[in-house]
Amino acid sequence: MEWASWSEFWSMGGRGFFVWSAFGVTAACVLAEALLLRRSARLSRRRLARLQRWDAAPEGADS
Amino acid sequence: MGRFLLGVVRRDLTIAARRRGDWLTALFFFVMVSSLFPLSVGPDPQLLQRIGPGVLWVAATLASLLSLSRLFEDDHRDGSLEQMLLSPSPVVLLVLGKVLAHWLVYGLPLLLVTPLLGIQFNLPGEAIAVLVLGLLLGTPVLSMLGAAGAALTLGLRGGGVLITLLVLPLYVPALIFGAGAVGGVLAGTGAEAHLSLLAAFFLVSFTVAPWIAAASLRVSVG
Amino acid sequence: MNLYHYASPTTFYRLAGRVVPWAAWTAGILAACGLYIGFFVAPTDFQQGEAYRIIFIHVPAAWMGMLIYLAMAFWGAIGLAFNARLAFIMMRALAPTGALLTFVALWTGAVWGKPMWGTWWVWDARLTSTLVLLFLYLGTLALWSAIEDTRRSDRAGALLTLIGVVNVPIILFSVVWWNTLHQGSSIGVTHAPRMATVMMAGVLTMTLAAWAYAIAVVLARARRLVLERERKTEWVQKILVQEA
Repeated sequence: MEWASWSEFWSMGGRGFFVWSAFGVTAACVLAEALLLRRSARLSRRRLARLQRWDAAPEGADS
Repeated sequence: MGRFLLGVVRRDLTIAARRRGDWLTALFFFVMVSSLFPLSVGPDPQLLQRIGPGVLWVAATLASLLSLSRLFEDDHRDGSLEQMLLSPSPVVLLVLGKVLAHWLVYGLPLLLVTPLLGIQFNLPGEAIAVLVLGLLLGTPVLSMLGAAGAALTLGLRGGGVLITLLVLPLYVPALIFGAGAVGGVLAGTGAEAHLSLLAAFFLVSFTVAPWIAAASLRVSVG
Repeated sequence: MNLYHYASPTTFYRLAGRVVPWAAWTAGILAACGLYIGFFVAPTDFQQGEAYRIIFIHVPAAWMGMLIYLAMAFWGAIGLAFNARLAFIMMRALAPTGALLTFVALWTGAVWGKPMWGTWWVWDARLTSTLVLLFLYLGTLALWSAIEDTRRSDRAGALLTLIGVVNVPIILFSVVWWNTLHQGSSIGVTHAPRMATVMMAGVLTMTLAAWAYAIAVVLARARRLVLERERKTEWVQKILVQEA
């Protein structure tokens, strides 16, 4: 596939908006999922660590 | 076994008879929702004839779904559901009994009113007949799938809406075949294919759903 | 091979931890190759012009959406049959990714339809069945979030997915049926251009990329779920201390 120029590539025969918005939304979703996963893993770890401290500490101890 | 089934059906019917308001409400819902459509899309008879089958199928579906959250709820709350699960009779029979009772109270009356509503939508006699026949097959399926949904969502907050969310996608084939059958009559292409597919869907649903519903009851009651 | 060994959460956590980065890299490389094929190798389609290139995301996403739902049903069934904790964890880890990919399939399908048919939404068989699949996913996610007790939540979701999976072929069939009936109307079916080998290669590469991506994301999510559910065990406590 030979694109005559970069501007032709971006315009996608006049359908640039559709092609790039489709790929854009997909990229955004993939990125969002990865970021949300990292975030929830971090929050989960923090919560689990906190619960671990509470379980280990006897009543009345400060944590 | 048969006696257990009949016992369950009779019990539910007796309870429903004492609460006449419930099934009348569902019936009125059906009538009112159907009547909203001519009001909102205009009285053009051709248009009404085209949307009529779909509207009536959807309205019947929603009216039937309204009551589903209560299917096991009351028995669960007063503990009788747990007792019934402890009995030696198979849970599947309990489920089927309740489905039958639900259909008799909430499905069948809709069928009796449908011809009148069909006239409201300018449907000719043969179309109305196919509509009623389709609903005759479809409403039991709805009660059955709804029972599975009710068993899964037993005791949960927002149960009614949740059941609707869960059951409607599963019910799509019935809507397509049922409303399509009437459309076939109106277009002159005939309804046999649609109705046979609807019958097949009926058979598949009753082969799979009762067991899932029974398992769900055990899971939900614990 | 002792299967029960792999059913142990400890083994799974470790193994999955090794697989995730590998799968992620594979996904990236495959996606790069696939996109290269899609944009620089595959020629312009004589019927649909350049917009058809959306197919390189739409088809993989749609296939993965379906495949993941089947996998969910499979793990749910295993969980119910063997009361296996890990199976339920896999089932729950799969759902969000499946829903997301189905949404992507829906979105790209709609965007593809606009230049073809002039409307943002087309009630063709493929888009409609993708929509119903999305509803099935959302229903399962809603059910899980409504039930607090983990054990009941797992089993209820598994049962719902089982009834869904039996229904899916019927739903697909009925939607295709419905669509062919209404073909007389002005709205047509968004069909894929008859695929030249090059296009097929691009789609397959992107599908493998999507698969690798799904494996990476799902296993990562499953690992987190394992930590959360097994938090009372010694090995988890050790890991938490280590990773702190």
